[in-house]
Amino acid sequence: MKLESYIVADNIISPLGFSSSENFEQLKQKKTGVKRLESSELSSEPVCAALVDTQKLNSEFAKLTTNNIEAKEYTRLEKMVLLSINDCLKQNSNIDITSKKTLIILSTTKGNVDLLDPTLASKFDKKRVYLWETANVIAQHFINPNKPLIVSNACISGVLAIILGKRLLETNQYDTIIVSGVDILTRFVVSGFQSFKAISNEVAKPYDAKRDGISLGEGCGTVVLTNKVSSIKYQVSRIVVSGGASSNDANHISGPSRTGDGLFLAIDKTLKESNIKASEVDYISGHGTATIYNDDMESIAITDAKLAAVPMNSLKSYFGHTLGAAGVIESIIGLQSMRENTLIGTYNFNELGVTMPINIIKNTQAATVNNCLKTSAGFGGCNAAVFFQKVENN
Amino acid sequence: MEQKNYITSLCSIKNGIVSLDGVSGFSDKSIDGVDFIKAAYKEYQLSYPKFYKMDNLCKLAFVASELLLKNNPLTKKYASQDIAIVIANSASSLEIDTEHQRTISDKNNYFPSPSVFVYTLPNILIGEIAIRNSIKGENSFFIFDKFDAEFMSSYINSILDSSKAKCCITGWIELYENKYEAFLYTVEQQEGTLKTEHTAQELKKLYNH
Repeated sequence: MKLESYIVADNIISPLGFSSSENFEQLKQKKTGVKRLESSELSSEPVCAALVDTQKLNSEFAKLTTNNIEAKEYTRLEKMVLLSINDCLKQNSNIDITSKKTLIILSTTKGNVDLLDPTLASKFDKKRVYLWETANVIAQHFINPNKPLIVSNACISGVLAIILGKRLLETNQYDTIIVSGVDILTRFVVSGFQSFKAISNEVAKPYDAKRDGISLGEGCGTVVLTNKVSSIKYQVSRIVVSGGASSNDANHISGPSRTGDGLFLAIDKTLKESNIKASEVDYISGHGTATIYNDDMESIAITDAKLAAVPMNSLKSYFGHTLGAAGVIESIIGLQSMRENTLIGTYNFNELGVTMPINIIKNTQAATVNNCLKTSAGFGGCNAAVFFQKVENN
Repeated sequence: MEQKNYITSLCSIKNGIVSLDGVSGFSDKSIDGVDFIKAAYKEYQLSYPKFYKMDNLCKLAFVASELLLKNNPLTKKYASQDIAIVIANSASSLEIDTEHQRTISDKNNYFPSPSVFVYTLPNILIGEIAIRNSIKGENSFFIFDKFDAEFMSSYINSILDSSKAKCCITGWIELYENKYEAFLYTVEQQEGTLKTEHTAQELKKLYNH
């Protein structure tokens, strides 16, 4: 019998809040975390981005470590992950993070890349900038006995990490998988996207006729998956990861394919694995970076997959593009939409401006949401999709 | 539905030696560090204009993949979406990250460049291999402190066993601080000339060879 991957806890750390429900509440009230920042640390010119308040991060983190004897220094990125995982553990006492059957998967594009900056470099050991060391620090904090897995595959990392978690649960090597996606805003990343001239001067406008670039963001999302039915008995609504796939456009390293065939392939494989027809999909959480080419490409892939009528949104104008965290954070909002039967309107979306007519949600609304297709795409021509479904309690 | 998977071709590039299917090829230990990659590119008369735009990590991946796939042309045997590419390393893209950081650390000498920044993700090398060979299947880039034969063999076998791909280009592509190492191989469900099953044990033997 195939082992299912149930979601048993989740958390979002973002400028909009430090829990999933807090974040969802802000979205329902159409509040965005993206602001115009004048921070010389990030950029010499003002930049629109979603930044987690450092004071709040540090004060929440201080509460977490008061009972901890070890006075270890943690980086900004590590603090977000530790807070996020800690919140998940509090939600469900059946999660045993110290078990040999529990594995942590970290999804990140750049990890502690801020430590390359000469002003920060001296504060930590040189090896802390290696992603595996970051992951080790996190696993050691929670006394998890397994070597963590790290996925670093551009902006599809988060979705890939969830798919990987599901696949590992199917082999029963583990019974619990903790997937954390995280990236922080740094001068490194901001300057790079500025050099591409990819950043909008305003809050990003996904799928809109007037869209002109991305907004960056930072944060952490964590989902805990399990194949143990005993861990889910108190869950009100049960959600499983029922399929997922990745693909490559084989077209260009920094631009999406014009035909959308790579993303189509990932969606098609995902729906087939989930045993679901396009007409049965209730909601699509798109990638929607608000660049001209990405959003056009998505509209073509979605149309080719016969999903053009399905309500779809992008959350990039709320959270900014959180890179390695995006797939996890946006999936969690999808889970909240399923739990609350509420679809979130796309902030800053006014008039459809993509190649094919797709059904972008403008205003937050009540709807029956029994499932969610999350899609993503990234540099290197990569695409990924994952499907979440409610299952009957029995 | 337990079936066997096999290592069907192998290319390694390290310490100034190229080796194909376990047989030593081009070697020149007098060439310092990463310059050996360019020397190998010339030695094997590879020709791909984009090669010169790539960062060193992608150059290493490119040369290894060209030699591997010349030996075993997977794209002639399989549909583009059935070929997976799963790569791992330790230093991610830290080599080019350091270069990008250098362009932004000094406010009076600030010159970030998109042609550098685009390579500051390790999976770009998967994209380069995919573009060169029109490969559209599964993609994943993992980071480990060192080559993890257990994980790589069990994960690749699981995606082949569950029909998520029919074959896979996989291995270890590492380059940082003038040290480099490529260990790239193909996995298929038919036994090839190497007659080597894709198990952690066999993989360790080949890797440590």
